Amino acid sequence: MSEKTMNLTLKVWRQEGPHVKGRFETYAAENISPDMSFLEMLDVVNTRLEQAGEEPIAFDSDCREGICGTCGAVVNGRAHGPLSATTLCQVHMRHFNDGDTIVIEPFRAEAFPIVKDLVVDRSALDRIISAGGYISVRTGEAPEAHAVPVSKRAAEEAMDAAACIGCGACVAACPNASASLFTAAKIIQLAKLPQGNIERRRRAIAMIQQMDKEGFGSCSKHYQCEAACPKGIKVSFITAMKSEYFKALVSKD
Amino acid sequence: MLDAKIPSGPIAEKWSRHKFEIKLVNPANRRKLSVIVVGTGLAGASAAASLSELGYRVKSFCIQDSPRRAHSIAAQGGINAAKNYQNDGDSVYRLFYDTIKGGDFRAREANVYRLAEVSENIIDQCVAQGVPFAREYSGYLSNRSFGGAQVSRTFYARGQTGQQLLLGAYGALMKEVARGNIEMFPRREMLDLVVVNNRAAGIICRNLITGEIERHAADAVVLATGGYGNVFYLSTNAKLSNATAIWRAHRRGAFFANPCFTQIHPTCIPVSGHYQSKLTLMSESLRNDGRIWVSRKKGDTRPPHEIPEEERWYYLEERYPSFGNLVPRDVASRAAKQVCDAGHGVKGGHAVYLDFRDAIRRHGRETIEEKYGNLFEMYERITGEDPYQTPMRIYPAVHYTMGGLWVDYNLMSTIPGLYVIGEANFSDHGANRLGASALMQGLADGYFILPVTIGDFFAGSGPAGIAADDAAFDDVEREVRDRITRLVECHGRRTVDEFHRELGLLLWDHCGMARNRQGLEKALRRIPEIREEYWKNVNVVGSPGTFNQVLERAGRVADYLEFAELMCLDALHREESCGGHFREEHQTEDGEAKRDDDRFCYVAAWEFTDVGAAPTLHKEALEFHEITPAQRSYK
Repeated sequence: MSEKTMNLTLKVWRQEGPHVKGRFETYAAENISPDMSFLEMLDVVNTRLEQAGEEPIAFDSDCREGICGTCGAVVNGRAHGPLSATTLCQVHMRHFNDGDTIVIEPFRAEAFPIVKDLVVDRSALDRIISAGGYISVRTGEAPEAHAVPVSKRAAEEAMDAAACIGCGACVAACPNASASLFTAAKIIQLAKLPQGNIERRRRAIAMIQQMDKEGFGSCSKHYQCEAACPKGIKVSFITAMKSEYFKALVSKD
Repeated sequence: MLDAKIPSGPIAEKWSRHKFEIKLVNPANRRKLSVIVVGTGLAGASAAASLSELGYRVKSFCIQDSPRRAHSIAAQGGINAAKNYQNDGDSVYRLFYDTIKGGDFRAREANVYRLAEVSENIIDQCVAQGVPFAREYSGYLSNRSFGGAQVSRTFYARGQTGQQLLLGAYGALMKEVARGNIEMFPRREMLDLVVVNNRAAGIICRNLITGEIERHAADAVVLATGGYGNVFYLSTNAKLSNATAIWRAHRRGAFFANPCFTQIHPTCIPVSGHYQSKLTLMSESLRNDGRIWVSRKKGDTRPPHEIPEEERWYYLEERYPSFGNLVPRDVASRAAKQVCDAGHGVKGGHAVYLDFRDAIRRHGRETIEEKYGNLFEMYERITGEDPYQTPMRIYPAVHYTMGGLWVDYNLMSTIPGLYVIGEANFSDHGANRLGASALMQGLADGYFILPVTIGDFFAGSGPAGIAADDAAFDDVEREVRDRITRLVECHGRRTVDEFHRELGLLLWDHCGMARNRQGLEKALRRIPEIREEYWKNVNVVGSPGTFNQVLERAGRVADYLEFAELMCLDALHREESCGGHFREEHQTEDGEAKRDDDRFCYVAAWEFTDVGAAPTLHKEALEFHEITPAQRSYK
């Protein structure tokens, strides 16, 4: 823990609503402790705005421990800020220097309309899942858990993909605003497991069609998604997803 | 005396017998019945999906922007189930026994037995959904140990078990959304319950994007809105977790049970500054391999590696040789407080060490990394210290609330047609919850219990027959609007968070890990004063008809300022120590919790009268036919 505090300049995107023109506003963030999280730094700025009777900067956050996927903003041009494999709520101010200017923008994508300031509407991701991102088992139908063994390797690989928190940073980072990494993570998680095998063809087609329908771009291998992903989801899942998709197109299932 | 409607018969047969005896609704009639489910955590999402599969029409509400983000997602360590895959002597009965004992004999036997019974189905269901639980090379499931148990019955998915179980339930929910049978309402906050002719008829909620006040009518309402830990301001709960839904339901007639039973989790990252917005938990699973210690020397300012072995005090291992570092949470938290209060904490402050040195020596860094890598990373990100090199600093923090709305065996509150599931109810954990049991209870309630028991209510009572344009909705909506107007027109000088912090600190000091009459009385004098000032001096900027996060928080804090009084009052009335409720006046010679079964072997269920007025106490007697209450010993 350090005692020294910093003074920073923030340039923050402010936008009252989805159909209003937005702009950058400049704020001073003073006496910021290096042990604060990035969001706590914004809390401090917001408290001062509230005390001055001004509207605070709207931003989403919930768990503040990097797992719920609620928070996120583009900080100095990087989704979730300067650290790799880290959500914005887990970035601490010790990674900035006294006197820095920090530019903060929302996750921008056509499929993510702005709600207010840094808050965006990511419901398109829910609709992709709704198209088939599950195994259609009803409550009560399940066989005994050990009836179908799953190799440790398959379980580990499925878990690597399942770690996705659905924050949308991959979309914000992609020059095409593609949701391929998000979609691939779910398709591959379920394809790796024997339980997900029956529906794998149908699932791949339905989810990819929904992704296109939502207005996300397609993947042209910039790999910015992997660099921005707070959970380190690998682009190799996108390659695997494409293979799933083509197999599905020619299959008779 | 409250009647919990516990079925007759031997404990092992109660649930199956009940399932047979309760009335059913035929599939054609289910289609005509609608259910509102508020909250999409493990309990809410699993209930909404399962009810929809049965044919009920479901409206599902969540406060987050997506149902996948509910706070169950943050549970790290695991979920218990009595599978006995390890052949180490586990059974339904043992899980039942451990949970009753862990809860310090303040939970209802019949509910807990049922929970242990359905625990096995939960694992089956989750595996079938594609939850990637940890596995052995054989392809079978792995287990680990958690506090309060001597068997390994905890299933896990790395340090993200809650996330994986929730994504399974969310998948089931979205499957039903796709089928058109669940209507999903994200970014909605329930602000009140509508009760007509002594039956839940719907809810009033605020659309958090537009600020519009909405009415939703249904034939039954299910609250799955989680616990009230954020009343303390600092807790491990997510920022959006709040008590408004259950508090508003309480004001409309639902009894609130055991509000003073709060769980302080022993292993959290200590507070680092006044700006702190929340606390982060380090999973209990770390206590499988980490050793907890402090310096034997008071006020020792040496860095940990300079403190020689003989001067390290492994106080849990010394005091509780048979459970060691794996004593239940309440015991571990209290012990940490005691050694820190006595001056043994890290640098004389409020932290103890959780040390992996020996585990790394024994198993190698790679094994430890595989088991806990993500937790170690999280710790390093927050503190800037590397736990592979230097022991973690931890301290207890508010984590879970065992108290909640009172429900009967069918999970119905004292308002007919209002069901309460998951952490929002009081039912299964008594005065202390065991680790990895919250996930189990949420999914048990949502997948396997509520979908069955709600049918009994519908079969007996039929549809509510109240539409959203009924006069009752007019009245409640008007009250909700008036309250919002009062908040935004206050134009005071203090921010919402300032009030919340003040209340939180007061509760932490007087209704936290240790309580006494003097402190509780002080809190009970102070809370009404803060509340009065709040309504005169709070500053809520922005307008109500838009996305307004200050207004959202303002409403929640207004409710905490009412609820906090009930919590302290309950703590004052319970003149005994049990589980997480430790009254300093009632302890054994060696500082353990001392129950008073003659006077307090009951559930305290409070009925609302008015703000600031004394609530009415109703009691549900707790009867122990299977397990004889004894002083809990983990020595």
